[in-house]
Amino acid sequence: MAERAGRAATGSSSTGPAPTVVVRGGTVLDEQGERRADVLVRDGRVVALHPDLDVPAGATVLDAGGCLVAPGLVDLHSHLRQPGAEEAETVETASRAAVLGGYSAVVAMPNTDPPIDDVSVARHVLELGREALCTVSVAGAITVGRAGERLAPMAELAGLGIRLFTDDGAGVQDGGLMRRALQYARALGVVLAQHCEDRAIAAGGVMHEGAWSSRLGLPGAPAAAEEAMVARDLALVGLTGAPMHFLHLSSAGSLALVAAAKAGGLPVTCEVAPHHLALTEAELAGYDPIFKVNPPLRAWRDVLALRRGCAEGLVDAVATDHAPHPPEAKDAPLDHAPPGMLGLQTAWAVTLGALHRGEPAYGEVEATAEGAWDRAVPGGAMRGMAGGGPVPAERSRGHLPVPATGGQVPVRARSGRLPARDSGGQVPTMTVRDVVGLLSWRPARIAGLAVDQGGEHGGPVVPGGFAHLCVLDPAEPWTVDGATLASRSRNTPWHGRRLTGTVRHMLVAGEPVVVAGEAQR
Amino acid sequence: MTTVPADVLHPPRTSLLSVADLGAEGIARVLRLSDHFVEIGRRPIPKVPALRGRTVATVFVEPSTRTRLSFETAARRLSADVVSFTPDTSSLGKGESLRDTVQTVAAMGVDCFVVRHASAGVPAQVARWTSRSVVNAGDGWHEHPTQALLDCATIRQALAERAGLRVADTGVELFDGLRVAVVGDVAHSRVARSNVLALGALGARVTLVAPGSLLPGSLAGWPVHGVTADLDAVLGEIDVCYVLRLQTERGAGAFVPSLREYTAGYGLTARRVARMAGDAIVMHPGPMVRGVEIADDVADLPRTVVLRQVANGVAVRMAVLFLLLGSDEQLASDELGAGAIHGGSAGARGSAHAEKRGAGRG
Repeated sequence: MAERAGRAATGSSSTGPAPTVVVRGGTVLDEQGERRADVLVRDGRVVALHPDLDVPAGATVLDAGGCLVAPGLVDLHSHLRQPGAEEAETVETASRAAVLGGYSAVVAMPNTDPPIDDVSVARHVLELGREALCTVSVAGAITVGRAGERLAPMAELAGLGIRLFTDDGAGVQDGGLMRRALQYARALGVVLAQHCEDRAIAAGGVMHEGAWSSRLGLPGAPAAAEEAMVARDLALVGLTGAPMHFLHLSSAGSLALVAAAKAGGLPVTCEVAPHHLALTEAELAGYDPIFKVNPPLRAWRDVLALRRGCAEGLVDAVATDHAPHPPEAKDAPLDHAPPGMLGLQTAWAVTLGALHRGEPAYGEVEATAEGAWDRAVPGGAMRGMAGGGPVPAERSRGHLPVPATGGQVPVRARSGRLPARDSGGQVPTMTVRDVVGLLSWRPARIAGLAVDQGGEHGGPVVPGGFAHLCVLDPAEPWTVDGATLASRSRNTPWHGRRLTGTVRHMLVAGEPVVVAGEAQR
Repeated sequence: MTTVPADVLHPPRTSLLSVADLGAEGIARVLRLSDHFVEIGRRPIPKVPALRGRTVATVFVEPSTRTRLSFETAARRLSADVVSFTPDTSSLGKGESLRDTVQTVAAMGVDCFVVRHASAGVPAQVARWTSRSVVNAGDGWHEHPTQALLDCATIRQALAERAGLRVADTGVELFDGLRVAVVGDVAHSRVARSNVLALGALGARVTLVAPGSLLPGSLAGWPVHGVTADLDAVLGEIDVCYVLRLQTERGAGAFVPSLREYTAGYGLTARRVARMAGDAIVMHPGPMVRGVEIADDVADLPRTVVLRQVANGVAVRMAVLFLLLGSDEQLASDELGAGAIHGGSAGARGSAHAEKRGAGRG
């Protein structure tokens, strides 16, 4: 059943016979290793690999010099917005962004309008996926209307081959209901995926609660809001024995909980998002809602913990949480703007930069309490008012506290300076192959899309294998321009910033859907 | 190192978004200048031509009569024209976005937006959407810079009187080592944030006094001397007791078990005032909730300078608008004796200059 279901749950595009293609000059890289090889692709399959392949007559040759030829990336976490918010994104536009980002498969999150809590909506999205440029898999909702009150028809949805269920956008708040969902899911052989956020503890926070939220006067959501639900759900996994996947973990504390649970043998997996590996809460200093995301960008120590979790194998996947919103929705006060940022076209470069090259986070230096205080709001300078130049830093930071008297507690003893980069020590960097694994074969297995699960994704790149291949240039720099991304929305946090790592070509089912960085349809 | 230069995303311009933008020197300059405007306010016709031809728009998306009237009075006393927006009277109520509203108004030739909003950061956003000056008139829990400035002006007056000096003869050195307690709902208070910044910059020793549930999630980096939950422990050691309003309309009531218990722990009663030094003053940003954070009889004591705070509000806001919108010539002459403000020859030149610029923008 798993095999049949695994295939049925995806809409794979097919537009007639794919041409014969030779991917020439690259280094083939998959779960089994890496080797210099040209790759011959015909009829949607890899036909041959050889260091110096003869090009058959009529074959399309794609130059992969200096590039990696890897199994297509698999995104566990994409918001395709269709049905219901087509002004933000459609299955088609998201799939174009996906292939331009190196993805051959994406899992569509069910928080659409109407939500994917019903067979008819799931069928509709799968149908749209058949016209898409990549494989579109679907996740179903855990509860009806994602309202957290009663279980969605999981067995009916599983009958379509749906393997992941989540109320993403919100966590299931009712622990009793979550327990029943896990018990029910276990018998179906499906996996529940939780957006961990205790709503009462988060209390409407719009950014990470810490030095920056306190300085900026923005309501903060503490890491404890995430960690409390991780802890609760780990207890429920222990109780029910049902497997579970944790979506977009963002705090050091969450990873510590998952590490302990895995060490104890619990059947859990977890993902992190590229932006949580590269950006910190300091990005909110300018009050730009582009940087509002849920879970929020956190402190530098959390960024380091996530990187460490990836390097040590604790984290099972990097997933984009691609969340398009139209400009008018983001041009609002921070507490009214919806959370979310684009991710599909930048994930490869951002993840490679964070985990392989160990690049510093953007805003790293400012991600300290003193930074929060000194920098205040950029751009607010009253030119001509401050008189004699900048105020000395010693002065603007206020006076150091003197020893406490009476009932007073010195501030620094209570909260102190936020940990800066030294707090996490040296985070080991990862090989490129391990980074690709976090983006490809490891998430493919969680999504039930791997070959040994009856799917087509995540490699290996071998004769007879499915020709979902990305050709990745790990060294090419580029500057992100939100307006030229394939998404219908522009809410990328990387606009105007420089990244290193591009997608040169992309084959989906043997069809070259991206050639030299250009989408072919 | 910040990888994206701040001025790419937020071009520097003449706006007042945070009192921290001013620094100690800037605050001192506002206070010096407001001395002139206090004097002007005492005249039979309290009006000068300094900003003739300039237009100030007050955009108050959160209800506030006092602050809006204070800004509008300040602008009119400088002879600026004033246009006024509230959600009830504008197309904001029809679903137009704030960004479109701001850009529409800017296109009419407004020189300065005075922005009040329930959400932190909106003045910073407005400053990105328009090239005009923006004054933060209070944004969410973030800041209320002109409140902190008028509070500093009020403290300076009280300190000068205490020392037997003329206010105009004193500077901000009076603040060095000044002991200030900020009492109450710090977490949800923009007034607290701006005052902590301003007083910290001037060298005062600020102690926060509040139950843990009314403190922000982190105090890391705050330029404060200490924090305590025990008001009685600090009363005898302060020069200024700054009482914050318990913001029950923002749900702050849920952060303490009851108003009765809050008042018992943090309400400024006559019994508590009696433990303060004889010349220590009591301040409150208003509107006061008598019987909750401040007892009725305390609110009317001579040492309670609330009405003086309000009176100083107009002069301080005149100073801010003048510094933002006055011409370079006017600002230069302000340093030489405020000739521009008083309508002297330098002022006449300045006004003509301002009108020319204003016409060019219209």
